[in-house]
Parts: sequence; structure tokens; C-alpha cells
Amino acid sequence: MTLDLANHLALTLGQKAPIAAIYVGICCGLLGCFVVVRRVALVGDAISHAVFPGVVAGFIWSPERNPWVIFLCALVVGLFGVIVVRAIVSSTRLKSDAALGIVLASFFAFGVFWNSTQQLAGVKGFLFGDLTTIADADLWMMTAATAVVTILIFLFLRPFRVLSFDEGFAIGLGYPVKLLNALFFGLLAFAVVVAMQAVGVILVSAMLITPAATAYLLTDRIQKMMGLSVLIGIFAAVGGWWISGLDNRFQTGPVITLLGSMVFALTYFFAPRHGVLAKFLRHAGRKSRVHRENTLKSIYRVLESDGFKVAGVGVERLAEVRKLSLEEVLKDGKDLVSNDEATWEEGKTAIYLTSSGWRRAAEIVRNHRLWELYLTDQADYAADHVHDDAEKIEHVLGADTVRKLERDLDFPEFDPHGKPIPSLEATLTMEKTTGKQEDTGY
Amino acid sequence: MNLVTTAMLNWNPWGMMMMMCFFVALPCALLGAYLILRRMSLVGDAISHSALPGIVVAFAFVGDLSSPWLLAGAAIAGVLVTVLIEQIHRRTRIKQDSAIGIAFTSLFALGLVLIRFLIGDKVHLDQDCVLEGDVSHVAYAKTVSLLGADVPDALIPAGIVALTTVILITVFYRVLTLSSFDSGLAASFGYKPGVVHYALMATLSVVVVAAFEAVGAILVIALLILPGATAYLCTHRLQLMLILSALHALVSSIAGIYISVHFNGKESAGVVIAGTMLFILAWLIGPADGVLVKATQRRKNTLDEAEI
Repeated sequence: MTLDLANHLALTLGQKAPIAAIYVGICCGLLGCFVVVRRVALVGDAISHAVFPGVVAGFIWSPERNPWVIFLCALVVGLFGVIVVRAIVSSTRLKSDAALGIVLASFFAFGVFWNSTQQLAGVKGFLFGDLTTIADADLWMMTAATAVVTILIFLFLRPFRVLSFDEGFAIGLGYPVKLLNALFFGLLAFAVVVAMQAVGVILVSAMLITPAATAYLLTDRIQKMMGLSVLIGIFAAVGGWWISGLDNRFQTGPVITLLGSMVFALTYFFAPRHGVLAKFLRHAGRKSRVHRENTLKSIYRVLESDGFKVAGVGVERLAEVRKLSLEEVLKDGKDLVSNDEATWEEGKTAIYLTSSGWRRAAEIVRNHRLWELYLTDQADYAADHVHDDAEKIEHVLGADTVRKLERDLDFPEFDPHGKPIPSLEATLTMEKTTGKQEDTGY
Repeated sequence: MNLVTTAMLNWNPWGMMMMMCFFVALPCALLGAYLILRRMSLVGDAISHSALPGIVVAFAFVGDLSSPWLLAGAAIAGVLVTVLIEQIHRRTRIKQDSAIGIAFTSLFALGLVLIRFLIGDKVHLDQDCVLEGDVSHVAYAKTVSLLGADVPDALIPAGIVALTTVILITVFYRVLTLSSFDSGLAASFGYKPGVVHYALMATLSVVVVAAFEAVGAILVIALLILPGATAYLCTHRLQLMLILSALHALVSSIAGIYISVHFNGKESAGVVIAGTMLFILAWLIGPADGVLVKATQRRKNTLDEAEI
């Protein structure tokens, strides 16, 4: 098997296909980033279908299948398609989705019809693409197109970036937006025509969108996104070509597409920040933290109503205050204990806060009461309207905001309901006293 | 009516092709009008591509291209792609257009790979069929007797789908319209816009797959969008828009077959070209939104102002 694999590699590495695959990865990866960020992903799709009559025209004018002629015809027709889309959107009530659909399907139909009247051989190769049949002339054409795309993108990186994120801002900065748009869609047509060879006109969208969207889930910076997108594109194209060599029933286009989709699926679930799993864990973590903090707050309130005479809270008492069942309170208590914010009395009848638990409880209560005071004093809320808002905000106020609130409110001592706002000093003394009581409690 | 169809079918194969095209185009046109209103034209695009793996898998099991299981397979694939699109764009920061692109290319590619692996080259479910479809076989298909007329059997499933779609749209006209224009209001009336959405998508997939054999996965987009878009440029009223869409389907089916016969081209593409011409016509002189109509209106307005 290994020998087989090595043979296979040695035979194929000398071929043109992997080089072409790399070109496709570069072209589509670079442009795809702007396409995804600009939300014009389906313009690429429309162009890729619309170039089909151009390919047919190229085959008719150049029976010897000169790639330059085909390239030029496809490019012209693709750009014409973009112009028609813009014309429909600007002159009628039809929205861009309908305009794209119309251009995509009617241009494609025209190509199919023209092809069926001429019965040209080989045109269909462009529909699904085949990397293995790339000829020298194709490769030269792809080299040139890739070079043009890469150089122009790096020359116009700044204006393209502004244009992609905020077209109005680009106009405000004095960029020639119309010219830049023409250039952008021209380059897009370039990329489509290059990728057409490898994956076919229908699946070009896959090369344009999938690697860039994958990169979009991995980073927030456009340069990094472009790099990743190119890498993923090259991986999908070269890997897909290699896999499709393993079985003659595989075609390069669909396999490349599926490999790209798999990379996307993995990223979708496991991307460190924007992945679904990371988001879920973050959300669950936040939810359990808020829950813990609410338990801490309840314990603090019970202790406060007892005048801080005892350090522990009976489990039944806590259940009564929190309006929960005994089991639920025991579970909440377990969360606190496993987080080192509380300790059990023997037999789990009462719960004691540790020093870190104390600090957090006091912080939350302070956040809550400061916010209530802020709303009544500075935002003219009625005192009976502020509690619910404070319930939410208490968990997210950072130390800086709290300090600012304290300054703005002139270091207050009582909240609108007359309860004392726990100050930092009080918290520290409380820690000391509970420390002692905790010792005696055991 | 019975007499007319009998006469038409017995006279020539072109008549049968026209009828086949019309039966396929009519439900597409009606649903497409709603897609335009809901700004979901490209979801139609996505569904038409993604029906492929559903069809291929169903075909691999039943081994018959006219089996109703193919419709079921495609409906599942169609709902699956809408779910995929939603999952991608709701749960991440990827926008809807990219989500559509990722979802449908994946499923389409999967379909292409499965064709080779599950089916091979044995039968008439190949890539040409995927791309451009085939209507001509209707003319040579064996006929069955239905209501006293000899009808090609290929016409029957398409006819049933067309009839069912028309009935469904008539019955659910109110809820469909309301949820298309204002889903919040529809919800407040006790309708379920979410259910309507998925029901529409499932129906759309069935209609798309019924059209699949005749026109292929890509040209069906034209049958979906062109009639609605043409009608949209001609009227502001929904009922009229639906009627005009149906008319567009009829005219382009008839004219399309003539075009394809004249140029000796593919019938399915001919129908789309006829439909495109109607669209261009509406774009220029559509009473509601035609470019020339609006230009003369503007000119008249400025002349009126000058007189005053």
C-alpha cells in the first residue's frame, strides 16, 4: 500500500494538475474573502453560470480550443452578466436576488441552447471541470491570470478593504467607487474563469465561498483571513485532485468541493472563537456563572437580614428564600463548593461562604445596588422599577465601570431602598470575621 | 376541452412537449411568484441544485425514474438544504448569501459523486440530464388511456404535481400571502409563518424534482424566477401577478418549443429563452415597472410642469 502510494505520488507530482489546483486555491481564496465579507457571494455564483455562453462562443471561434480565446469570451460575457444584474436592480423594483437568478438562469440557458445547436465536443468539460485534462496552454493562461489577480489585489488592498466593509465610507474617503467596483467584479470574473477549469462552472462558487467562509470563522483580520483562505483553498483543490485519482469514478470538481465542505464543517463546529461548540460552551459557562452568582447573592441577603451574626445559612432557609426545592438548592450548593466559593457544614444542612465566595457575593450585591442607585439618581427611574434591570446588569459590570459608578454617585452608602451598599472595606472585614467563624463552625 | 387535448396529442409530438413544458412550468411559476415576494429567489436556486442527491439516493433504492419516492427524496433534500442554510447563518457570523453558497454546492457535489457510485452509467440519470433535462421522450413515450384520451404516461406525474400545486395555492392563498408580506401579522392572526416557510420549501422541492427530468437542475431556476419577475414588472396586484405568471409559463412553453424546433436546439433551453424574451419585453414596456413606460411617464410629467 505504501509503495503504491509512493508510486502514485511520484507519477503525479510531475503533472500539471497540482499546479493548476494551487492557482485555483490562490485566485479564489483571495477574492473569496472580499466576496464573503461584502455579502456578494451569489454574484460569484451568477457569474460562474453566466460565463457558459462565453465558453461556447470561445469554442466556436477557436476550434483548436485556444484557452486565451475562451478565457476572453468567458470574461466578456461574465462582465456583461454583472452589468445586466446591476441594470435590473437599478431600473426596476426587482431585488438583487431575483436579478441574479434571472441572469444566472437565462445566460446559462442561452449557452445550453447554443451548444445544443452546434453539438460542440468538449464544452461540457467546462461544466463540471476536470483538472486532469489541463494542457500546457491552459496552465500558462492560468499562471498569467493568477498573477494578475494576486498583484492587483495587493495593489488595491486598502481601497478594496474599505469598499468591502463600508461602501458609503469608501465614497466619503473619495475613492472612485464605480471604477473600483468594475475592477473588483472584473477580477471576480477572472477568478471564475480560472477555477472553471478545475471544478466546472457550477461548482466555482464552492471554491469562491467555502474557503473564505471557513477562514472568516477562524480570524477577525482580513490579511490573516486571506492567508488562511488561500491555504484552505489550496488544500481542498490539491487534496481533492489527489483523492479523485484514487478511483476513476471520482471527478475532480465534486471531490474538491466536498473536501472544502468538510473543512468548513469541522471549522463550523470546532473553530476556537466563532465555532458552534465554542459558542455553546461559552454560553453554558456564562449561564452557570450567573446562576452561581445569584445563589451567592441570596446567601448574602440572608446573612444580611440576620445582621451578619452567623456565617452559615441553613439549606432549608435558602430554599425558602430562593423559592426552590431542597434538591435544587443542594445542587446549587454543590456548584458553589466545587468552585471553592463555599463549604458545607457536616451533613450538608448549612452552607458557609469561603473568602472568595464572600468577595464575589459582596461584589454582586454592590453592583446591583449601585446600578439601582444610578438608575434612580441619574436616569430618573422610579425606585420600584430598577430591580429587574439591575438583576441583569449586575453580572456583567466590570471593575472599571463599578469604580466609575461609585465616583459618579459620590461613593454612596445606601441604595434607593435604604439597604447598605457593601463597600470594599466592609467586604474585607467581613472576610476576616467569617474566617474566624468558619474555623469555629467546623 | 377533452376533445382539444385528444386532438392535440394525436396530431403531433410537439403538442405533447408543449404540454409537458407547461405542466412543469406552471407550478414553478406560481411558487416562483411567492419566492420573488419573499426575496428568496436564490433559495429556489439552492433547492434546485440540492434536489440532486435526494433524487440519486431515492433512485438507487427504487431503480425507477418515475417513482414517487424520487419526489420524497428530493423534498427531504430540499428541506435539508434550507435547514443547513439556517444553521450556518443563524449560529455563526456567516451571512445568508455565503451560507446558501456553501450548502448548495456541497449537496450538489455530493449528488454528482453519488451518481457515479450508486448508479454508474447504466441509466438515463447522467450529467446531461442534470444540466439540461430532456422533454423529447414525452413524444415517444407509451400512452395510457385517461378519461377517454390517450395520454403519454410521462405527462401524468407532471400533471398531478401541477394540479396539486394549483389547488394548494388556491386553498392556502390567504395564509401564504399574509406570511409572505408580513410574517409578524400572520403570526398574530394565529398562523405559523415558520410552518408555512418549510411547507413552501418542501412543495418547492417536489415541484423542482418534477421539473428535473424535463429541464434539469439549473434551468429550473429560470422557470421559477422568470415568470414571477416578468409579472412583477407588469402589475402591482398579487392575484393578477399569479395569473400573469401562469400565462408566462404557457406562452414560453409554446414559443419555446417553436424556437427549439426552428433552430434545432434543446427544448428546455428554448423554453427558457422564450421566457427570457418575455422578461425583456416586460422590462421595457411592463405597465407597472417598464423602463420605457417610466421614461414616458417622466417626460409627460416634465411637459405638464412646463405648461403650468
